[in-house]
Amino acid sequence: MFKTSFAFVGVALLCLAVADISITTLNPWQEMGRMALGVVTPNFMALDRLGEALLQTVAFAFVGVALGGAFGFGLALVFHIPIVRGACAFVRAIHELFWALIFLQAFGLTPLTGILAIALPFGGIFAKVYSEILEEADSEPLRALPAGTKGVAAFFFARLPDAWVHIKSYTLYRLECGLRSSAILGFVGLPTLGFYLESAFKQGQYSEVSALLILFYLLIGSLRLWVKPKLIPLYLLVALAVLPTGAAISMDNVLRFLTQDIVPYPLRSMDGIAALAGLGEWMWHLAADQALWGIVATVILTQIALVLSGLLGLAFFPLISRKFFGPFGRATGHVFLIIVRSTPEYILAYLFLQFWGPSMLPAIIALALHNGAIIGHLIGRHANEVELRPDSPKGLNLYGYEVLPRVYPQFLAFLFYRWEVIMRETAILGMLGIATLGFYVDSAIADIRLDRALFLIIVTAFLNIGIDTLSRAIRRKIRLTTTPDVG
Amino acid sequence: MVTIQDESISYNGRVVLRDVSLTIRPKERVALVGRSGAGKSTLLKLLYQRQISGAALVPQDAALVKTLTVYHNVYMGRLDRHGTFYNLLNLAWPQHREVEAVKDVLIKFRLDDKIFTPAGELSGGQQQRTAVARAIYQGGDMLLGDEPVSAVDEHQGRAVLEAINESYDTVILAMHDVKLALAYTDRVIGLKDGEILFDMPTAGLKTSDIDHVYTG
Repeated sequence: MFKTSFAFVGVALLCLAVADISITTLNPWQEMGRMALGVVTPNFMALDRLGEALLQTVAFAFVGVALGGAFGFGLALVFHIPIVRGACAFVRAIHELFWALIFLQAFGLTPLTGILAIALPFGGIFAKVYSEILEEADSEPLRALPAGTKGVAAFFFARLPDAWVHIKSYTLYRLECGLRSSAILGFVGLPTLGFYLESAFKQGQYSEVSALLILFYLLIGSLRLWVKPKLIPLYLLVALAVLPTGAAISMDNVLRFLTQDIVPYPLRSMDGIAALAGLGEWMWHLAADQALWGIVATVILTQIALVLSGLLGLAFFPLISRKFFGPFGRATGHVFLIIVRSTPEYILAYLFLQFWGPSMLPAIIALALHNGAIIGHLIGRHANEVELRPDSPKGLNLYGYEVLPRVYPQFLAFLFYRWEVIMRETAILGMLGIATLGFYVDSAIADIRLDRALFLIIVTAFLNIGIDTLSRAIRRKIRLTTTPDVG
Repeated sequence: MVTIQDESISYNGRVVLRDVSLTIRPKERVALVGRSGAGKSTLLKLLYQRQISGAALVPQDAALVKTLTVYHNVYMGRLDRHGTFYNLLNLAWPQHREVEAVKDVLIKFRLDDKIFTPAGELSGGQQQRTAVARAIYQGGDMLLGDEPVSAVDEHQGRAVLEAINESYDTVILAMHDVKLALAYTDRVIGLKDGEILFDMPTAGLKTSDIDHVYTG
């Protein structure tokens, strides 16, 4: 366990040696100072714009998550079929923003693009988690049913009730993730939080930026207060009503996208053997010139961010633990962790990029802060449950000798679980100008070479699936059996 | 000296100790005997809270940190004697001087070959001996132990109790093995349903003399 940790730290240090982490802006502190000033002087005057941004963010999240939940629930029932399992792994390995980029080409800037961009990857995740929840549900009632009970009746009477409470709480957690996803969809042009944030930022309206973020934290922080199962149908109706109508979807566009745009160029322009040879060459060039470099940068950034997330998680968790801080200290710690983990990595990276200029540094810090806060929150809760002997030491001795060694296996399990999440996010941060896979995808789309973009997105998906498999193998090898309840 | 006067303790409305008064004088070796649930552990915890001289403690469930090595678990007995920086240094890189000192204690418990094995990989008996080794390493005048030999065989149990008596003048042990209790202590206190049933010197006592705390 500790050997594995040291190996990962060693790899991260090697990556750090070759990573570009320079600060390229001339005056990074000045910009940060202006932002800090904005943070303490939030401007809620532009209420109509702020309200619209939040309303659209919530609407996209609700409809997308609901649709994804429905997809996922249906698929969970047939999740034992290998092709379903594989398809779900594939769709969830592609980030919401990549899906948005794809659908943007087919459906244009319409609500359908945003809804599907959330619903599809979420559906893949829901299918997996729901099926696990159903599998773990108590099977005693099922065995006690009279012989000859029909499958459907058996499912609704004996299996679902026990799993339902877990399904509900997991879905609520995903709604929170859906709000974050919905917020960043604004960065590709949908009318959600990210869109307003980017324009406010470009105009230097830092007070408006901070007002937007504060409202977003309040929205997420109060989620459990206003999302009640009974009210969800109502919320869905309202969400559907407020979604923008957007331009009409052109079927010609959709057809052209499917039959021409995404077909590799050689297959479109050549026939027979020549087309196949051309395809081979096309893939080779794309792989050697772009995909390979994208993968290298993505892996380097991921490994550094992973280890730094872990270190920050270990530094953050005492902030909310009864063993280290009193009520006031813990409350402060909670507020800090909620703010950091509620801000999507993409938005954090966007902010830091404005301060420090394009290099891996903003992405590393953004990923590490966000994921470190999530891990710190989970481990902090776990640390509260550790039982200590009456004569245990205090302070750093308590941390190093009693608490840290006891929570470490759980910590590693969470961290390895975040590995794939961090990589998915790393790829997407390329769209901000850091040379990970997302950078090449974004450039291909800007050049209207959708065939290339799709190829690179598929490469990204397989890289994610590879990391997920590796992470599971390592967890099994060092016998980390704990499965985190959130992801 | 530890004194408690007319103390009662209840958990969730159930009385675990009822009006117990007790004085333990320096250099006394005391065994607390009785059936499980009689209040031995509770009385021991109470005595630990009332003592002020910084006694060593062997809690019931060994209370080892399973992911740390035997060395670290034993070293923890002296965390209060060193600065935090030195302690953290020892966590990452065990210092030669400390390793030698810990090894001296482990030899008595025939655990010296396991010094760098994670405690979680030891057998139940080895874990219990590690927990006692930690208390021995801590040092001081008084040791309180809750069933410190429950997971080892009689032969090893004798060795462990001898080591405890060698290192500590004042000893209070909750024990279920009456034969060992009589052999290694000089005062035995019988508990039943949270009350002291008897309190007498062990000299000349046979196990059959105090069998009644376990019956009826």
